[in-house]
Amino acid sequence: MTEVIEPMPAAPAIPAPGVPIIELRQLAVEYGAGDRSVRAVDGVDLAVHAGEVVGLAGESGCGKSTVANAIMQILRPPARIAGGSILFRGEDLVDKGREELRRYRWRNVAMVFQSAMSSLNPVMRVGDQFVDMMRAHEPVSRNAALARAEELLGVVGIDRRRVRAFPHELSGGMRQRVIIAMALALEPQLLIMDEPTTALDVVVQREILQQVQDLQREFGFAILFITHDLSLLIEFADRIAIMYAGEIVETAPSARLQASPRHPYTRGLMESFPPLTGPLRRLVGIPGAPPDLSAVPPGCRFHPRCPLCVPEQPVMFARQTTERPVLRELEPGHFVACHAAGAST
Amino acid sequence: MSEAALEVRHLEKRFAADARFVGRRSYVHAVDDVSFMLRPGTITALVGESGSGKSTVARLLARLYAPTAGSVIYRGKDVARDKSRRSVLRYRSQVQMIFQDPFGSLNPVKTIRHHLERPLRIHGIVERDEVEDRVHELLRTVGLVPPGHVADKYPHELSGGQRQRVAIARTLAVEPVVLLADEPTSMLDVSIRIGILNLMLKLKEERDIAFLYVTHDLASARYLADDILVMYAGQIVEQGPIEQVLADPLHPYTKLLLSAAADPEAGVETKRIEVRKGLASAAVDPPDGCRFVGRCPLAIDVCSRVTPALVEAHPGQAARCHVTAPASAGIAAVPSTS
Repeated sequence: MTEVIEPMPAAPAIPAPGVPIIELRQLAVEYGAGDRSVRAVDGVDLAVHAGEVVGLAGESGCGKSTVANAIMQILRPPARIAGGSILFRGEDLVDKGREELRRYRWRNVAMVFQSAMSSLNPVMRVGDQFVDMMRAHEPVSRNAALARAEELLGVVGIDRRRVRAFPHELSGGMRQRVIIAMALALEPQLLIMDEPTTALDVVVQREILQQVQDLQREFGFAILFITHDLSLLIEFADRIAIMYAGEIVETAPSARLQASPRHPYTRGLMESFPPLTGPLRRLVGIPGAPPDLSAVPPGCRFHPRCPLCVPEQPVMFARQTTERPVLRELEPGHFVACHAAGAST
Repeated sequence: MSEAALEVRHLEKRFAADARFVGRRSYVHAVDDVSFMLRPGTITALVGESGSGKSTVARLLARLYAPTAGSVIYRGKDVARDKSRRSVLRYRSQVQMIFQDPFGSLNPVKTIRHHLERPLRIHGIVERDEVEDRVHELLRTVGLVPPGHVADKYPHELSGGQRQRVAIARTLAVEPVVLLADEPTSMLDVSIRIGILNLMLKLKEERDIAFLYVTHDLASARYLADDILVMYAGQIVEQGPIEQVLADPLHPYTKLLLSAAADPEAGVETKRIEVRKGLASAAVDPPDGCRFVGRCPLAIDVCSRVTPALVEAHPGQAARCHVTAPASAGIAAVPSTS
């Protein structure tokens, strides 16, 4: 089979305003086929613009990592894209060939995974892993690649001499820094971080996120930051999207989301993080548990756990239990998928 | 101040760090000179980074490890010295542990009823014909209803939060005096964590249980606990009433932990912390001096020479720091916790 290889468009120094780096339109991803298929991502719209830090928050199993893997085009069977499109600078990735996607990965969009322990090859020196990765994408000499590796280690705050180190000689935090340095090696326009610091201690976590933030301001790449830790996102992201059972249920600028969350699920999530300062009161969290994606509730997927869904209001109740809500713009930039969330509440 | 349900004094646990048979061996000082008490109806949070020794302390209290030195005092007796089977059994029925992983701590081929019946029968808690009633009562206590329905299920049919509730119900079956909870919510989803924390609060209030809550999460510690113990590299570096400690921390490590934790109330303002080198893990044959000295912004000459003692610098609040809690400022040398 022959493939026409068209390189991805080169990144202009200043991207045209309005064209997102990545845009998902009604993205659907399924695991398995036929009757037993499970739709892990169902109709997700999400855009990340140049230089923007977008947070994607949700509980385990809500589909947030599947979104990341779809953008990175590393979904493997039984997972498959069942509908919608993934646009990189306006070009759909869904029907690109293998070689094109190989070039796109890491050069255009790079990803930092949760487990730094398993992302690095344990029997290869750190420097050699940089060399391998860079030479897979660029015709550079080994020495040039090693020099670049040293430079990047310096950028993430690791002693340059550590290019000679094996992964086991580094602490967990240092390994995660190495991965971030590798992700930045080809100057991608988007860095996806999937729970990049959950396995690390709070102090190390903050050190790394501070560093990423400094790098992001210096180099101007965009970030898609995926985590279950909403309180962390409120600090680090410009805009936050909340996912529940395969759908995005709310998206808003961080400050706005913190000040006035509109979706009852987002409110419940906020109610699940006790405060470190200020008055303490008994929190309630969210009753019940997230649904099994092979049997999602009809209508609004959150309705069995929702405090706003009560049979005493029969008209609304009928809607909530049968009609799937879509994202509505309640205020400029603030979208909510909820039948009951009014503009005035 | 009420009497201690369980007290530890100068507890120490070392693990051999190498396999040498001749000459001096090296040891990891996982727990070093740890003293505190757990009181009925009180939740004490034990906070620290991974490797700080906090889980080792919980395991020492559960008698899963034997201490290298020091004493564990329960009902006026040092249980670390009494190794008879009867006393171990009795102790284990009254000091129960809740583990981090609700998936690994339940037997997958046994029903929930089986898990709750076993402790009732083994320890002879109730008469034979009352077992079923007690199982239902336990399930209701932890919020698993209807109990008859839940009792027939297998662990895989329950969610993570429900499984953790079963694990808690099982510990309650033997009517414990002390509950040791080692990161009981860290493997659960965000939206159900608060339910488990609320259940622990309810048990504290209704049953007068003395809790040790081991965690790395300061915010949940504040939500739950009355007192806090901050551990760093095997030692308690600060202790006191939790609101007081978090509002006005003495030890620079407590300050660092506080500034690193995300706070939803703080809003979008990003806090910055100073990055300094240093390890939080318990060290192999640590030298004299403060173990935090390499990361400390306040370090002075004496810090790298002399190990600081826990000094009660504010009423009820003690820290191991030459600078913020010097021996001269001490109201009393700790442990005079009793």
